[in-house]
Amino acid sequence: MPSPQEKAEPAIAVAGLRRDYGDRPALDGVGFELAAGESLVVLGPNGAGKTTLLRVLATLLRPSGGEVRVLSCSLPDEAWKLRGRIGYLAHEPLLYRDLSGRENLRFQARLHGVERATAEARIEELLRAVGMERRADERVAELSAGMRQRLSICRCVLHQPELLLLDEPDSNLDVEGRELARELIGPGAGTRVVVTHDPERHLPEADQVLRLGIGEAAVVS
Amino acid sequence: MTPSHAAFAAILAKDLRSELRTLQSLPAMALFSVTTFVIFRFGLDRTSLSGSLAAGVLWATLLFAAVLGINRLFVAEREEGGFDAIRLAPIDRSVLFGAKVAALVIYLAALELVAVPIFAIFFLDGAGGLGPLVAVLLLADLGLAATGTLISSMAVNSRARDLLVPLVLLPLVVPLMIAATGATEPLLALGGPSYHRFGTWLMVLGLYDLIFGLVGYAVFDFLLED
Repeated sequence: MPSPQEKAEPAIAVAGLRRDYGDRPALDGVGFELAAGESLVVLGPNGAGKTTLLRVLATLLRPSGGEVRVLSCSLPDEAWKLRGRIGYLAHEPLLYRDLSGRENLRFQARLHGVERATAEARIEELLRAVGMERRADERVAELSAGMRQRLSICRCVLHQPELLLLDEPDSNLDVEGRELARELIGPGAGTRVVVTHDPERHLPEADQVLRLGIGEAAVVS
Repeated sequence: MTPSHAAFAAILAKDLRSELRTLQSLPAMALFSVTTFVIFRFGLDRTSLSGSLAAGVLWATLLFAAVLGINRLFVAEREEGGFDAIRLAPIDRSVLFGAKVAALVIYLAALELVAVPIFAIFFLDGAGGLGPLVAVLLLADLGLAATGTLISSMAVNSRARDLLVPLVLLPLVVPLMIAATGATEPLLALGGPSYHRFGTWLMVLGLYDLIFGLVGYAVFDFLLED
């Protein structure tokens, strides 16, 4: 008889995933399973489909073929059930340039239905955690790329998501920023998929590694 | 799911705060309308207009000024990743449509607060028709905002968006403009306002608002898909 742990459904189960842009396949035959609490590091050269994979898992792109289940929801049919349960750190910070960092985070909290008092406390906690409490009232347009990335990390974890999808989480961050970010989105933060060009930093904390190649089969190790 | 009213209020407040801070749309819309009135005044060589000509000048000016705001309606969502952030949130995506329509109605009302008095100073002998004109403006604004939001959301991903919005929008708002000028014409008639077929035109405007409001609500979710 299988133990409860053996019966548990993986947080992410992907089989034969294909995603095309017009006639060009960006992903073809990608498959892996990731258990809850584990970290998957995705490696590959530019154009291998790493960001596309993350956007499919985040429900921002529809798969062209194959089976994708994320947090027990089948994509794309049950994508609506996943909204609000994923923290997605993209290449772009997904912050409005004309609003301040704090205003952006309040806006995100309201979209995610976080109660106002809880949101305020959470925002202050996160801003302190990334060292942005003194710059949080400046317009995002006036901040450096590294500071925007710190705010973006706050946005990503603000609603306490069950799954983190991180696209180059260290980009634009200085050494201090990387260490601060690690507290929020590092290996202790729960189930994670991390796209990176810095394997030396992220491989030691990976439970699985997915290597994507251009025109090659994806390899899981 | 986040309650729709809370998401609606959040998106609308965000848009209004951004506009108040940057003034990217409203001043351009107001300046355009004032400049156009000046051009009409000298182009027509008339100090007084009435009836269909007055209604035509007013609505042509307001429509083209509105296009400036419609063009920019989703630029922040497109260029700053707002679409993705909203698509990741547990909200009914039609809320974004509703909030953008509301924002555009507020922009148009603000534009008209500036443009209509200037129009009256430039061209009208009396202000008797301006009271009931508010109902026409409100209904036409709703229709223009619903259609404009729909077209703007489709065009925003195109590099030719500045060209695409007027090309697609203007044919769609022809019925709206016919009804708006039809309702405005008797209000600005020579010798004072009359209400000939005023109610009929208001009902046409209301019907247009209803149709494009429902179409927008129904299809907006699909427009946000990749």
